[in-house]
Amino acid sequence: MSGSIKDRVAIVGMGCTRFGELWNKGPSDLIVEATNEACADAGIEIKDIQAAWAGSIFSGHGGRSVSEPLRLKYVPVTHVVNACASGHDAVRNASYSVAAGIYDIVLAVGFEKIKDEGMSGLPGMDNLTHTHAVATMPGMFAMMATKYFHRYNLSPQDGKTMLAKISVKSHYNGSMNPKAHLRNVLTVERVLNAPIIAWPLGLFDCCGVSDGGSAAIITRADMAKKFRPDPVYIKALQICASPTSGRITTDYDLTHVEEGYRAGQAAYAEAGIKNPRKEISMAEVHDCFSITEAVTMEDLQFSQRGKVKEDIDAGTFELTGALPVQPDGGLKCFGHPIGASGIRMLYELYLQLQGRAGKRQIENPKLGLAHNMGHEPLAPTVSVCIVGL
Amino acid sequence: MIGITSYGAYIPWHRIDRQQFAKAWGGFAIPGERAVAYYDEDSVTMAVEAALDCLGGIEPSTVDGLLFATTTSPYKEKLCSATMALALHLRRDVQTADVTGSLRSGTTALGFALDAIKAKRANSVLVTASDTRMAAPSGITEQSLGDGAAALLLGKKNVIAEVLDSYSISDELAATWRSETDTFIRSWEDRMVMDESYSKVMPEAISGLMSKIGLLPKDFAKVVFDPPADVRRHGRVASELGFDPAQLVDPAGIFMNLGLLGSAMSLMMLVSALEQANPGDKILLAGYGNGAEAFAFEVTDAVKKLGERRAFAKHLQSKQMMNNYNDYLRWREIVPLDQARRPERGHISVAANWRQRKDLLGLWGIKCRRCKTPQYDNGGITTTPIRVCAVCGAVDDFDDYDFSRKKATVFSYTQDLLAPAADPPSSVVLIDFDDGGRMLFDLTDRNPDEVKVGMKVEMTFRKVFVDRGLNNYYWKARPVRC
Repeated sequence: MSGSIKDRVAIVGMGCTRFGELWNKGPSDLIVEATNEACADAGIEIKDIQAAWAGSIFSGHGGRSVSEPLRLKYVPVTHVVNACASGHDAVRNASYSVAAGIYDIVLAVGFEKIKDEGMSGLPGMDNLTHTHAVATMPGMFAMMATKYFHRYNLSPQDGKTMLAKISVKSHYNGSMNPKAHLRNVLTVERVLNAPIIAWPLGLFDCCGVSDGGSAAIITRADMAKKFRPDPVYIKALQICASPTSGRITTDYDLTHVEEGYRAGQAAYAEAGIKNPRKEISMAEVHDCFSITEAVTMEDLQFSQRGKVKEDIDAGTFELTGALPVQPDGGLKCFGHPIGASGIRMLYELYLQLQGRAGKRQIENPKLGLAHNMGHEPLAPTVSVCIVGL
Repeated sequence: MIGITSYGAYIPWHRIDRQQFAKAWGGFAIPGERAVAYYDEDSVTMAVEAALDCLGGIEPSTVDGLLFATTTSPYKEKLCSATMALALHLRRDVQTADVTGSLRSGTTALGFALDAIKAKRANSVLVTASDTRMAAPSGITEQSLGDGAAALLLGKKNVIAEVLDSYSISDELAATWRSETDTFIRSWEDRMVMDESYSKVMPEAISGLMSKIGLLPKDFAKVVFDPPADVRRHGRVASELGFDPAQLVDPAGIFMNLGLLGSAMSLMMLVSALEQANPGDKILLAGYGNGAEAFAFEVTDAVKKLGERRAFAKHLQSKQMMNNYNDYLRWREIVPLDQARRPERGHISVAANWRQRKDLLGLWGIKCRRCKTPQYDNGGITTTPIRVCAVCGAVDDFDDYDFSRKKATVFSYTQDLLAPAADPPSSVVLIDFDDGGRMLFDLTDRNPDEVKVGMKVEMTFRKVFVDRGLNNYYWKARPVRC
């Protein structure tokens, strides 16, 4: 691999709707509200957008899903479908088009309208021949928790307590976020006593299922300061798609995510990061379930293998810790409208880097990492984006 | 020599104490318990299980014919034995037929199979009889019926019980019936059926056979014949025929533990007799239903050489008592139920299922010729069938690999309470096969509290989905049964 996106493009405007069960908002509301906020933030108008990339897995049907509500005038729009990494992949493709010198001002927008389905959770995981085991997403990630507890000799109580602390931390952060879906503060005891969704994961081990939209205006690095004095530069954009061997061969341990590790390694190489735990100031990772965040801390080398519990117990990932994770509440509390989540993560990192995160503000951050994990642990697609000043 | 070369059986793991019926509806409970097919079982899946038991240690490609006898075919139009042939890994040029609609379809199929072998149309024919008959809730018949399947392999080589002769009687009487639209069986007054049909037809068939081959009641070591709906009256016919109670395979044992098994009843009793048979024993078999068919067998020395089977005795012992009658109503789909607020599953694609019929129904995977890794993919978005090796990247350089008969170990699992399930939670396991290969499967016939990492499992053929009257048959894992 010869090229790198580092410092070639910048984000100069971002927007994000409130996430939640937005019964009175449709996909067009989410797209228009997020894009309007991003354009206003960049000081441009919708008509200035030269090309757009849209990330959505349930609500989008081609580029027209975005050109239509925004009334984009005859510009190219591409619909990116890449599971939970769709938003990051929209940013990646938008950034590459700018870095290639084709466009100067482009839009990446993620959106999802999930709560029109009349059911809890996400649509199922059936395959064409209906031979996929009858498991939901919580079920698939629960198997990872089962295996993690088994491998590291954690009793169900100890394992679940470790995971509970992850959710308590995210709820605390989310309680300070006016755009978050879930803003209640939790206790470890309440998390442990919640109903089981898929053993060993309980209700508060699962992220919110939400509607929402998020948007970024991306431009050339050399033009960025024309829009604002504090643009946020892209340092790395990596995606790793699974060959799906974890479900087929017996060498995969199910206590780490190989795709996550590799996407992290590629991003660190692209950004020139040698010691991620020291150099990364903050991270927004894919905490669809508490166990996902735990394993991701190890995959991204924030914690040593099998040792994330020590860092959780030490408060390392809390807002005041050495490496704050999910400062905005994460998927857990901000919510998880699939296509919107990746850009929502960047939105928080962007605000934090610019010192605009209010009560959640981390002191003097330099580099932020956003991580999305699509599909399920046995066959994921993982994206890692790094941004900084 | 022509006769039985192997036997097998299948009895569902779940049993219900008949007190549960009385508890639900009031009134009288027949003593004992009955077998209940799980929500993912039907006459086809049970017949496959019995056939797999029967084929233990026998090369499936030596089977020339497969007969499926039942009164509870899942289809009015579509051959179930064609589905079963793929699950059992039979040859493409196998003769398949479903023998349906009669309570003596099991013995009828047995006669057809023996005739085909005598006529040299086939050297080896597998006969399966399987039933999941249902009676309307609250009646006594609901308590007396049971679900189960039996299988016999008939042939010329390694005969364990030579067929001596057979004799048939046809008799017209609507004793029990189901119309094209009936879910539950209907019956005429039992006393009239007993007086005018059973107690005349059964002796006629058995006496007819004995006089045809010149044998007397005392010549038989074991006598197996279908009981009537009132099982107690089986013994009276036996004594009138001159049999001593010690000669009888008493249907009361099966009735008390499993219930009346429909077309599988007489063959299940025969299997139980064969399990204990000694060389030289003569066995009499008769099936009843709009007439009767009787067969005489003589057990050979080879009976002692047949490998161990779960058959009747082991399946009988391996059981899980049901907690309540409501589960029976739910599993047999007798009452409409609230649907989980989860997305509806997509339609069955006949084309996709047909394309992958060998992988899906036969659980055939691949073994890479280069890196030797066994592989199967049942959950990929676009990866089935496997064209590129997941380990070494070899393209289309594979041998077929049979996962259906392999045992495996649970690598991880979950108990999913969000997933829609007929018997929640949805137990899902990631399993490592003994000789390589990993797969994700539903776990069936399990006690959720006993599932753990490291548990040994085996594969079982089940009904996983129904859409527009089509059944999706596939495989699940289950804790090693016994």
